[in-house]
Amino acid sequence: MLTINNITVDFGGVKAVDNVSFSFQDRELLGLIGPNGAGKTTLMKVITGTVKPTSGSVSLDKSNLNGKAPYLRIRAGIGISQQIVHPFNSMTVLENVTFAAGHSKTDQVFLSLFKTNRAIEKEEALNLLKMVEIEDVADEKPENLPLGYIKRLELARALALKPKLLLLDEPLAGLNQSEAERLSNTLLKLNQQGQNIILIEHNLTEVVRICQRLVVIDNGKKIGEGEPKTVMNNPVVRTAYLGRS
Amino acid sequence: MGYEISLLTIMGISVIGALSLNMILGFCGQISLGHAAFLGIGAYTSAMLTKAGIPFLLALPAAMLLSGLIGVIVGFSSLRVRHDFLAITTMGVSFLFTGLVRKQEFLGGEMGIAAIPDPGYGKVGFMLFVFGLAIALTLFSLYIKRSWMGFTFDTVADDEDTATLLGVNVSGYKLMAFALGTAFAGLAGALYAHNVKFIDPESFGFIESITILSMVVIGGTGSVWGVISAAVVLSVFPLWFQFIDDYKLLVYGGLLCAVMLLSPEGVSSLVVKLFNKIFKREKAIHVNN
Repeated sequence: MLTINNITVDFGGVKAVDNVSFSFQDRELLGLIGPNGAGKTTLMKVITGTVKPTSGSVSLDKSNLNGKAPYLRIRAGIGISQQIVHPFNSMTVLENVTFAAGHSKTDQVFLSLFKTNRAIEKEEALNLLKMVEIEDVADEKPENLPLGYIKRLELARALALKPKLLLLDEPLAGLNQSEAERLSNTLLKLNQQGQNIILIEHNLTEVVRICQRLVVIDNGKKIGEGEPKTVMNNPVVRTAYLGRS
Repeated sequence: MGYEISLLTIMGISVIGALSLNMILGFCGQISLGHAAFLGIGAYTSAMLTKAGIPFLLALPAAMLLSGLIGVIVGFSSLRVRHDFLAITTMGVSFLFTGLVRKQEFLGGEMGIAAIPDPGYGKVGFMLFVFGLAIALTLFSLYIKRSWMGFTFDTVADDEDTATLLGVNVSGYKLMAFALGTAFAGLAGALYAHNVKFIDPESFGFIESITILSMVVIGGTGSVWGVISAAVVLSVFPLWFQFIDDYKLLVYGGLLCAVMLLSPEGVSSLVVKLFNKIFKREKAIHVNN
């Protein structure tokens, strides 16, 4: 459903992403991993359109996304939970998710003026907060919450968009191992229910446990792809992570 | 009595002007330091049209339309620059307006336009007409806040990059805020022209822009009732008490500094916090008893 085709991103002579290609199959939970500074987040930003690639193309459901504004890519079916959290601090946790749940009501600028009812979206938002286990802070402002809560808020907000493809950039960061395991199980359950997910994550234990396939990049280049255990035993991948094979 | 009616009319016009800036700055978070220019566009449009024989009730929407159209053009700058850069750009709009109008003979140049036709409602009638429009704009502002458009404005004001990643057409919403805010500024300007019956470029200069900005910031950006209260107090007091008028800029400047230092979210936020504190204390006493 998503095809990354020969993407290169050149930041003033530094290649953050170097000719990377891979495709995402329907109903997959794909892990996109690599050491710090490998180019994973840049690649994610290329998919959402916030970074323009020097060359290459991205297509979703065979429709080329190149040249499409980021908000149109989101409307085309991409949902993202960012590595650096960006909740709307002027709103409560519930309002953050309610807003995303009402994305169909904000599609047309002028027509959004004539829509006022938020009841259905609020209910959807509460269900999502329950799913990520932060319903107890629904009425709190995000600025008062620890990182682990805000990470889960970001996930709930991305899910509220009902995306065809969910991009998650380090959703487990800031969670302890038992919290990470619980959230990973939630992601696995979502995937089993048909949600397409690309997961960028440093918690390799959870990545190997829940992902069906991995793509590994290092220094902007793709160095491995395939079934998790096989990929993690690949000497090139081990060298990238450990500095030796 | 005539003086009081005139004061109340100016108060109503100030409320409309302040609420119009609140749509851009308070609702959508886009700073504008040249808002008086849009009042000026409305004032000159309505004055010229009515002097040419067009009825007042047709000149009014025409003034709103032209202000709104030029507002959208200025709004495009908000798509390229943000925050302090946008502040400087909109400040430039203010100087551009006065500089341009001053040199146009057909607009009366430095001398302005005098003998602007009376709408024919009488002093009390015109005051009630202005009040009616101010109430309608208040209700519209409150409605916007409840609507999904207002909800989206909140996200743009909070963090436009994140709003984009939730599928928000940020450019579209910013332009809508500019269109609405500047159209209503045009309305305020047109009402001002027909109330005072004389306008010149200085009536809509940078100081006037800062006066309107003070009403919004002191009242509480985004708070409809806060902005209305500030517009009422700040428009009437200088006219009621001569000594305030003599030191108007000093008073406005001092109030702006005080609000920024003590309660950056405006006086309305201070009142809400105070109310919550008292309410919580009373509730605690009630529970203890």
